[in-house]
Amino acid sequence: MDYSAKVMDHFSNPRNMGSIENSDGIGEVGNAKCGDIMKIFLKVEGDRIADVKFQTFGCGAAIASSSMATELIKGKTLEEAWKLSNKAVAEALDGLPPIKMHCSMLAEEAIHEAINDHLRKKGLEPWND
Amino acid sequence: MIIHNCEGVGVTVENMTIYMDNSATTPVRKEVVEEMIPYLTENFGNPSSIYDLGKTSKHAVEKARKRVAYAIGAEENEIYFTSGGTESDNWAIKGIAFANRNKGKHIITSSIEHHAVLHACKWLEGQGFEVTYLPVDKYGMVSPEDLKNVIRDDTILISIMLANNEIGTIQPVDQIGKIARENRIYFHTDAVQAIGHVPIDVQKMNIDLLSLSGHKFQGPKGCGALYIRKGTKIEILLHGGAQERKRRAGTENVPAIAGLGKAIELAVGEIGESDKTLLEMRERLIKDLLKIPKTHLNGHPIKRLANNVNVTFEYIEGESLLLLLNAKGVFASTGSACNSSSLEPSHVLTACGVPHEIVHGSLRLSLGKMNTQEDVNTVLHQLDQKIIYPHYDFKHLTESILKSE
Ligand SMILES: Cc1ncc(COP(=O)(O)O)c(C=O)c1O
Ligand SMILES: [Zn+2]
Repeated sequence: MDYSAKVMDHFSNPRNMGSIENSDGIGEVGNAKCGDIMKIFLKVEGDRIADVKFQTFGCGAAIASSSMATELIKGKTLEEAWKLSNKAVAEALDGLPPIKMHCSMLAEEAIHEAINDHLRKKGLEPWND
Repeated sequence: MIIHNCEGVGVTVENMTIYMDNSATTPVRKEVVEEMIPYLTENFGNPSSIYDLGKTSKHAVEKARKRVAYAIGAEENEIYFTSGGTESDNWAIKGIAFANRNKGKHIITSSIEHHAVLHACKWLEGQGFEVTYLPVDKYGMVSPEDLKNVIRDDTILISIMLANNEIGTIQPVDQIGKIARENRIYFHTDAVQAIGHVPIDVQKMNIDLLSLSGHKFQGPKGCGALYIRKGTKIEILLHGGAQERKRRAGTENVPAIAGLGKAIELAVGEIGESDKTLLEMRERLIKDLLKIPKTHLNGHPIKRLANNVNVTFEYIEGESLLLLLNAKGVFASTGSACNSSSLEPSHVLTACGVPHEIVHGSLRLSLGKMNTQEDVNTVLHQLDQKIIYPHYDFKHLTESILKSE
């Protein structure tokens, strides 16, 4: 695979890997197409993401985008995190091979699920794309 | 890894890399390079030319033809040089189909063939032919009984590979050939992975057409051959000049053909000796890898190529595993969808019934003559669960997903 140095760095040393006990929101998504699976845990304080962890079963692109996405939303507001697109994640990784772009969707979708899980837990309406 | 350059001097390729992807391709061996060099340099003549320089090239091609024929128990005039396994498969299948369509339009193949066979068959379906794709059991084995049951009056071709490139399963070609002969149906076998591992005799095995490819047995890339039994009705695939007894046009790739001839002679001559070493390494890899929890062997435990190891790791995705191994200097392969340009998981593993959730975690290690017991130790060490699992422990994750399905 033709991965950038940044992708390889995030793949080899994933940031924020693991889980959070008593988390405030969990998002779990699978990519039926290629078999990648991602689970993301949020710790929310006020409307900010105080901490975030992930577990990903997937290819290099899936793991690197999970790692990068968590870095990008840590400390951000829920609204800012919601707006993070898979394209922005790919750009932050210095690009992904075209065939691997779909693997970065995983992170975007998992973040949305986790935010909505949090909103539901608080008795709020979930957001829509 | 030491690779010998053309002077026979060992050159070290990078530091400590271990190449275990010999089913993808193999390094050209020293003796083969030596056989090729004269035809890349002073003996550059066109075999079709009548002067001496041309005749030298022609002799090289004929010598190689003799070597290929001898290696599979055929006659010289039954061997046709091609651009490789893909062309040989395409020629055999399309050539038989179109030359015999007045007799019938039905073709039988298996669901685990190489894409060169499967996609050629798919294309023929669009041309009005009908194809039956035989299923395989969990070991990737075609059943001769199943074959008998799908033969029709209008079946013109049976194409079943000798050995599979992903899982190494060796098909009961003797029985298949017998059934084909009894029913007077042409039998083609893709022997690309079998050359140098399985002794082949096209007479005893009742094989009418056989594909082989130089780069899988330490010959050059882009050169292969198709064996066509004398008297077989087959259309031409490549039209043009009168080369290859007017059946396959194009100026012969003389250096590659000469190299292929040398390579097949060496590979087939060394089967017993080399497979003994490969078998020892294969068995050690399989035994130790299966000690890792949640791993499964793909392919047949015994009826498999001596150089093939294919194991599924339930909790690791294949491409990730390859990248981790690559970082340690180990080169291997996977059937994971995310590692293929089609984004489809391996059709071979899927046909063997490997469940959808774990098909992405397969690792193929294909051994070659350059591999040593030391390499096996290193690879086993790199794959030790203590090293890869703490970092990539998806057990809980995968289990929760499996439960939710
Ligand atoms: C079983 C089988 N058939 C055909 C081919 C195609 O051969 P080539 O690369 O020479 O076109 C391969 C190579 O991958 C193979 O493994
Ligand atoms: Zn992926």
